[in-house]
Amino acid sequence: MLLTISTVSSVTSGPATDLGFLLHKHPERVQEFGQSFGTARVFYPEATERRCTAALLLEVDPVRLVRSRGKTSPDFSLGQYVNDRPYAASSLLAVALGDVFRTARTGRCNARPELAAHPMPLEICLPALPCRGGAALARRLFEPLGWEVEATAIPLDEGFPEWGESRYVRLSLRGEVRLADALNHLYVLLPVLDDAKHYWLAGDEVDKLVRAGGGWLAVHPEKGLITRRYLGRRRALERTAFARLAELGDDVEEALEPPLDEELTPDGGAGGEAGELAESAPASGPEPEPAPASAHEPVSASATFAAVAAGGAAGAPADGAASESGDVRVPLNVLRREAVVAALEELGARTVIDLGCGSGQLVSALLARPVFARIAGTDVSTQALAIAARKLKLDRMPDAKRARLELFQGALTYADPRFAGYDAAVLMEVIEHVDPPRLPALERVVFGTAKSAHVVVTTPNAEYNMRYDFLDGAHGGGRAMRHPDHRFEWTRAEFASWASAVAGRYGYHVEFRPVGEDDPEVGPPTQMAVFSVKADATADSVKDATATENATENATENAARDVTEGATAVVTGERSEGDG
Amino acid sequence: MVEVKVPETGLVVLVGVSGSGKSTFAARHFAPTQVISSDFCRGLVSDDENDQSATPDAFDVLHYIVGTRLRRGLLTVVDATNVQWDARKKLVELAKSHDVLADAVVLDVAEKVAVARNAVRPDRDFGPRVITRQSKDLRRSLSRMSRDGFRRVHVLRGDEIDEAVVTYEKSWTDKTELTGPFDIIGDVHGCRSELETLLRSLGWEVTAAGAVHPEGRIAVFVGDLVDRGPDTPGVLRLVMGMVAAGTALCVSGNHEQKLVRALGGRKVRVAHGLKESLEQLAAEPEEFQREARAFMDGLISHYRLDGGRLVVAHAGLKEAYHGRASGRVRAFALYGDTTGETDEYGLPVRYPWAEEYRGRAMVVYGHTPVPEPEWINNTICLDTGAVFGGSLTALRYPERELVSVPAERVWYESVRPIGAPVGRDPAALRIGDVSGTRYVDTRFGGRIKIREENAAAALEIMSRFAVDPHWLVYLPPTMAPPETSTLDGFLEHPAEAFDEFARAGVTRVVCEEKHMGSRAIAVLARTPEVAAKRFGVTDGSAGAVYTRTGRPFFGDHRMGELIDRLRAEVRPLWDELVSDWVVLDCELLPWSAKAEALIRGQYASVGAAARAALPDAVAVLSSAAARGLDVGDLLERTRRRQDNAARFRDAYARYCWPVSGLDGVRLAPFQILACEGRATAVNEPHSWHLDLLSRLKPEPGVSLLAPTRHVFVSLDSEEERAKAIRWWSELTEAGGEGMVVKPVDHTTGRVQPGVKVRGREYLRIIYGPDYTESLDVLRRRFLGRKRSLALREHALGLEALTRLAEGEPLWRVHEPVFAVLALESEPVDPRL
Repeated sequence: MLLTISTVSSVTSGPATDLGFLLHKHPERVQEFGQSFGTARVFYPEATERRCTAALLLEVDPVRLVRSRGKTSPDFSLGQYVNDRPYAASSLLAVALGDVFRTARTGRCNARPELAAHPMPLEICLPALPCRGGAALARRLFEPLGWEVEATAIPLDEGFPEWGESRYVRLSLRGEVRLADALNHLYVLLPVLDDAKHYWLAGDEVDKLVRAGGGWLAVHPEKGLITRRYLGRRRALERTAFARLAELGDDVEEALEPPLDEELTPDGGAGGEAGELAESAPASGPEPEPAPASAHEPVSASATFAAVAAGGAAGAPADGAASESGDVRVPLNVLRREAVVAALEELGARTVIDLGCGSGQLVSALLARPVFARIAGTDVSTQALAIAARKLKLDRMPDAKRARLELFQGALTYADPRFAGYDAAVLMEVIEHVDPPRLPALERVVFGTAKSAHVVVTTPNAEYNMRYDFLDGAHGGGRAMRHPDHRFEWTRAEFASWASAVAGRYGYHVEFRPVGEDDPEVGPPTQMAVFSVKADATADSVKDATATENATENATENAARDVTEGATAVVTGERSEGDG
Repeated sequence: MVEVKVPETGLVVLVGVSGSGKSTFAARHFAPTQVISSDFCRGLVSDDENDQSATPDAFDVLHYIVGTRLRRGLLTVVDATNVQWDARKKLVELAKSHDVLADAVVLDVAEKVAVARNAVRPDRDFGPRVITRQSKDLRRSLSRMSRDGFRRVHVLRGDEIDEAVVTYEKSWTDKTELTGPFDIIGDVHGCRSELETLLRSLGWEVTAAGAVHPEGRIAVFVGDLVDRGPDTPGVLRLVMGMVAAGTALCVSGNHEQKLVRALGGRKVRVAHGLKESLEQLAAEPEEFQREARAFMDGLISHYRLDGGRLVVAHAGLKEAYHGRASGRVRAFALYGDTTGETDEYGLPVRYPWAEEYRGRAMVVYGHTPVPEPEWINNTICLDTGAVFGGSLTALRYPERELVSVPAERVWYESVRPIGAPVGRDPAALRIGDVSGTRYVDTRFGGRIKIREENAAAALEIMSRFAVDPHWLVYLPPTMAPPETSTLDGFLEHPAEAFDEFARAGVTRVVCEEKHMGSRAIAVLARTPEVAAKRFGVTDGSAGAVYTRTGRPFFGDHRMGELIDRLRAEVRPLWDELVSDWVVLDCELLPWSAKAEALIRGQYASVGAAARAALPDAVAVLSSAAARGLDVGDLLERTRRRQDNAARFRDAYARYCWPVSGLDGVRLAPFQILACEGRATAVNEPHSWHLDLLSRLKPEPGVSLLAPTRHVFVSLDSEEERAKAIRWWSELTEAGGEGMVVKPVDHTTGRVQPGVKVRGREYLRIIYGPDYTESLDVLRRRFLGRKRSLALREHALGLEALTRLAEGEPLWRVHEPVFAVLALESEPVDPRL
């Protein structure tokens, strides 16, 4: 909500108060600018020849903000009221800055054209800057632009030191920078550092940002990150109902987000936040945080921006880049998908159901192979299904292809007749998202009720985790896992024990295969089990321990008795018949 | 007069040439909605009833409508010429596929009469040649129609057509008029002595050839009276006597069916105890043999009793077959559903139809020996293997009480021992139980609609995060605040709550301290064995504590410890409630135990930003003011906001304290929701709940349990109201969240089950640090939806508890629980 810009006079320049000319704001006045979300004021707490400071103070009234937005913005979230917007230098401050200093940002100043055209000593202060990535990221973004950066993390709550630091930093920038550039740096980078959702007021803000970054962004070493964050924020899928439930359970909505598979950008690099994961984890793991759902939605603004930031996300380390050899390697998720497809082909499956299809990567790979005549994808997350539908371009798919595919919401702990009737079922990186006490229900649904002839299961191999530097005790107590939603990760022995027990209970035999490099010491990163129904035996538990006899005679008896109950055809007869 | 008897719920196919008077006949004898005519369907698909090119589509529609009606069990009349064999065949197959009977009614009129009738109808412009052809088809058909698969073919000629009277025949299985009470008896298998003992212990007076119950009860035998045991003739004599006297009903078992065939000289394999029956019967007089054979031959597949609420069949019956008649219905009733596979003993593998059963009728059966009868989705198997040395079991209906007597000895060795209990099905829930747009019938709030998108969101939360549905027997409803206060500085105040209840006719309310933690439902069983028996949870756990969205509170070892300690602390309740389990409504403290991520990510973050930014803002404004700039009231306002931010921080921090293991965790119960046989949330006043809970006497510093402070208020006493308001003020000024005001006694109708009155400082967490600056705007809040939602969720919650207490199957309990979660995802202002 507060930004101060200070300058000092130097030998070569005029008085410090010339800042007022550059900003087009008179140092002796308090000027007000109405914004849709509050009021912005510009005034000068100090204005001497030697030193001059302009303050931009933005008063945001969250109550009014929520109420004024009416129907267009669902007023469903507590966060709409209890929000940092009245205090933090959020994207709202960037919007206000862009508006209040519109002329200054163009670099036009008829009164002091010389001053406007050249770098000058500036000091910018933001007492509460939301900064995802911490002080280090603030330095990475501002230092290449010629700023000397001082960023201090703000503790979350002094009363609870164990909570650690907040996501805010107190930021001071000092440097010899052209004022118009300085303003544009802030205008673009404040929202990038903020990186929160729900902050965009209108879609055209994006285009404005693109224009503001025009002069310097293309050569910024972090242009990839800037690009991704700012596009990533446009995750547009409103999930009101889901958000309500998260709130109800005192949960953070993001923590409940469905575990979607990592996404690949068209140029083959890992997209989403994969690059940023490297900040917190020295080596990028196989399971980057869930990428923002619509990160690569083809919108015009993103195309524009991509052009501006030419080169885009290139340089972000690809999945699996943990390799010590440094080779360019095939990402693990691709290896896994290929391994599953190969297993299905080998099994001779013609119809396949992907249980827990996520954003549809496997479904897409299966669709590309005509041998798979019927493919179903199911997931419990409607959001995942919506993304899958979009990525598969379901609405534009040719009829013949479309006819092979079915997508529907289903839960693996509820028996579902729609799961049945496929040659093979796939549980790719799914079981580890199920609480262990609920696994028997899943087993029953998949192996007992749906009962495909083959079931392919993949899951992480916990032993391999020691090969990921970022998992090395980084998560504190307990065994660190590859994804926050993982409820367990099994060793090879644990997986084998589970799979064999399931196979025994439901009449399958099972074999195991490695996926990815099979490390001699710790095994492969992913383990796969391929279950196939035993040809001639019935599972112990399905067997009715006390079935009555007459098995063989039932059939003949029924055939002999093949008259409809009480149905003996008689022309106009009135004979009364027995029940059978 | 000619009587045309048609099946009450089957298909009637009219047969006759164009102009034979079928439509007139149909209109005279049947309701318009019962008659589906091909002309009508032709009109539906072509706007022209005589457009012959539309005939194939018209018959598609006709078959669809007829099939739907038959599935729903409605008598249906098809008005089409049906003079050709293949037209009739399709309809007969349709009836068969819905397991109902079909009758044909042929209107055989002279050709010239038909031609004359058509001639006067302007829309029938086809010539007499068509009639002639139809007549020929009909003539050819008549002699063969009896083989088409109709139950009966009624042929009406000349005056018979006008004079005919249609009467309805009930299905043989329809005994819905009998309301019992019944004693339903499992597989006897020739164990006469045990049968007599059982009947006597049920209060019957037994003679050699019959039995009567002084209270007029009716016995219902599930079949398999014969084979294996020592006295098949004795059992038959007794049961035949009872059936003849009208004191018993009996359905056919597979053993009767086979015995009849053996007695009839058919070649059957003499095994499974058939030999014993044949030998024993051979020693009987021939007349008895004849009677016994006729009796067994006349046994029908199943009975529907007590208005359709009870179905008895030897091997059970799925809902779609109740009251239906067909070969496969009979096969199912006698032999059960099988997967078509056989096991290592060569015995058929049963299909677990009962696990999928969702019908409202109770289904009672035998056939498969079980160690102990067990309810599965309102169905129960009573075959406890008397002849194998188990016991003979009866179910009293409607009491649902099981009575059994042990076998006197092992009369017959089983092919293999009666095994362990049939494995419980952990996936007994089906997607159809919860998904899509649903309507849930509740006892206390009528029929409640659940929208598809809300069910979809709930499905995700439920299946990804919730505890085992066997434990998830209840989710708490939302609660509305009272009407907004107009008192200066207040958004909520107890006065409005008291007024509201007084207006609704409530005389006495209780004000309960509202603990600021996380709502918790605790389901506690006395032992893991109770958990297995009553909740079907077999992983050794003896309880669960979960959140408003059904998530377990702790994902680690603390959960087991929490449950064990709670079970120890609530021990006095087992005797008080005469129950081995209990469901408690509680608040788990501190708030930070569950919500720490939320508090840090949202509340503490806002506080941190405010504390960082506001002092700087005050400083620059002060400097500006010192320079003489007119900053107006902005400086003063910013200082006030700095103060508000500090109060906001204090408000959330009060509900946070460090927790290590379970140290620091407390659970405050305030209602006993249910226990064995009782939905106490419905049946007991809050005074009872609080009194009973207060007897648990939590020890401060030692117990997990914490008390819930409360005051009772007679609403007609101004003094008591004022006292309660003072209590609330003190509570909230000391940092308390507020209180909940509830009518002491269970209320019905539109009265809220409770309203929450939250304190001024607490509301900063809800409406933001500066909400006190915007009270005028915030007072414009609308409670209607929230209050309606609270009532609907409350009704669903009580429904779940009642279903649980009454021992209804898992899916029935899960249905309203899931519905609460779905409704909670409706976008209602979350600050209310």
